[in-house]
Amino acid sequence: MILYILRRLVSVAVTFIVVSLIIFFMMHAIPGGPFDANDMPVSEAVRAKLMAQLGLDQPLHVQYLRYMWGVLHFDFGVPYQSPGETVTQLLSRAWVPSLVLGGLGVIIGAPLGILLGMAAALNRNSWIDYFASTLATLGLTIPVFVTSMLLILVFAVWLNWLPASGWGKPERWILPIVAYALIPLATYARYTRSAMLDTLNRPFVTVLRAKGLSENRIVFQHVLRNSAIPLVTVFLPMFIGTATGSIFVEAMFRVPGLGAYFVSSIEGRDYPLEMALMLMITFMYCIAYLLSDIVYALINPRIRVGGEP
Amino acid sequence: MTSEAVAPAYRQRNPLWFAWRRFAGNKAAIVAGVVLALLILMAIFAPLITPAPPDAQLFLTEALAFPSAEHWFGVDNLGRDFYTRIVYGARVSLTIGFAAAAFSVIIGIPLGALAGYFGGRTDWVIMRIIELFSVVPPLLAAMLLGALTRGGYFTIVLIAALFGWVQVCLLVRAQVKAFREKEFVRAAQALGASPWYIIRRHLIPNSISPIIVGFVLAIPLAMMLEASLSFLGIGVPPPTPTWGQMINEGIDFMFFYWHLAVFPTAALAITVLATTLFGDGLRDALDPTLKGR
Repeated sequence: MILYILRRLVSVAVTFIVVSLIIFFMMHAIPGGPFDANDMPVSEAVRAKLMAQLGLDQPLHVQYLRYMWGVLHFDFGVPYQSPGETVTQLLSRAWVPSLVLGGLGVIIGAPLGILLGMAAALNRNSWIDYFASTLATLGLTIPVFVTSMLLILVFAVWLNWLPASGWGKPERWILPIVAYALIPLATYARYTRSAMLDTLNRPFVTVLRAKGLSENRIVFQHVLRNSAIPLVTVFLPMFIGTATGSIFVEAMFRVPGLGAYFVSSIEGRDYPLEMALMLMITFMYCIAYLLSDIVYALINPRIRVGGEP
Repeated sequence: MTSEAVAPAYRQRNPLWFAWRRFAGNKAAIVAGVVLALLILMAIFAPLITPAPPDAQLFLTEALAFPSAEHWFGVDNLGRDFYTRIVYGARVSLTIGFAAAAFSVIIGIPLGALAGYFGGRTDWVIMRIIELFSVVPPLLAAMLLGALTRGGYFTIVLIAALFGWVQVCLLVRAQVKAFREKEFVRAAQALGASPWYIIRRHLIPNSISPIIVGFVLAIPLAMMLEASLSFLGIGVPPPTPTWGQMINEGIDFMFFYWHLAVFPTAALAITVLATTLFGDGLRDALDPTLKGR
């Protein structure tokens, strides 16, 4: 088990470093720089001084090593677009709305999705099954900015029940949270339904029924537990996907979260901020997959004992 | 001939017949297929069914007009017939979807076959590459690549293919792995067939259903990526009419001119949904064991 974790750890670390290299060089390969003449009309000498100050005159590999050395000390540099603070300060400020909305979306959406999936699996081919399947397909296929747009149109423009955009008052949170919650709801409804149907058809369930166990105990104690494996493995990646802020939901609802910085840092060639955002997301996904693998091995003895995952 | 006399009373059905039967039993997939066919026809015959060219600002005096008998979906802020723009938008969406799916298959098949057939180190390398793709969110990487290449029609196709091949590769790899140990492959090996010949002649033809499934399921993903990038303004540049762009412009007019937001949103939703349901139906029909995943 420890060997397995160590092996995964090394593999994840290598992946992370390779991704950071690719992103760094891709980012610098984008034509133009942060202080081009039309953004900042200053003399050549001033620009050269500025570039030297920020280390942008160094060869790329030196810049990369310098940046990663800083990262190891939790120093992500200073964002060019707001030089009064560090990248860390900017991110921790902007992350709050994203985390609140996305986190609440997952916390509300995932249990609802599990319940819906369970109801669908236990009442196969009933109206609730069709309803769950339709909702799951819609939630998984329609892009989130389309659902956001429809929510705004219906609830803000036509019915005029809720404000369309902004941040601060709780009633402004409702629509973006609904938009976020649809994704985990759809994902979980679909996964729970298929996992439970798989388990319900196993022979051991027939044995439990023959033994005379009540249907409730079969479902909650045996079927649900045996169906939990796929549900556990999709949770963390999904949580990261929503809690790091969706560019689209935040753009549609004008939420001052992380989302906008993904676009503005690329457009402004804001290298430190862009790199920090990309590294943060990649790092969280790496950790999420690592944890998922470990949890998967812990709750599934077949993998733990078999050695070869 | 005696063979006719002993022929069994029932006809020997080929697997395609059973696949068709399963597909025909799936109402959602049939409806989705019909909708998709209509959309494709609309895209092909766009000039014949629209009143004006998509970029012509012929109705400037009626700019922002609401839907009417003359302009079914109204007129946009630059005086262009909006119905025409939506129909031409289908061209962009569908061609990018299909082209990206085709490229995904072209990259995915050989890599999947190599990984599945040779296993060992080859498999390890290809799986590590796939792992790289799994830790970077496609949209963020696409944004970087889009900025790097300055967007454009063909680049979007390549970017979508870059993230679409993973799924095809995994499907082909699983199928090739399952067939590698079968007797007929062993026999071919014993007869001295080269790996290349076995892959081309035996393993890829036997992977045709997962390939078709991978192809169809890659289409909506590519369409969504195109719409998302165009929505952010780094996709296909104006004046080419794309739904993502129109949705983005529609937000600004949403409170007063709802038609500019509703029609492209509905068009994108219907197209993506139809393609996905059609693909799901095809997957269930061709490969019942994959159902529900």
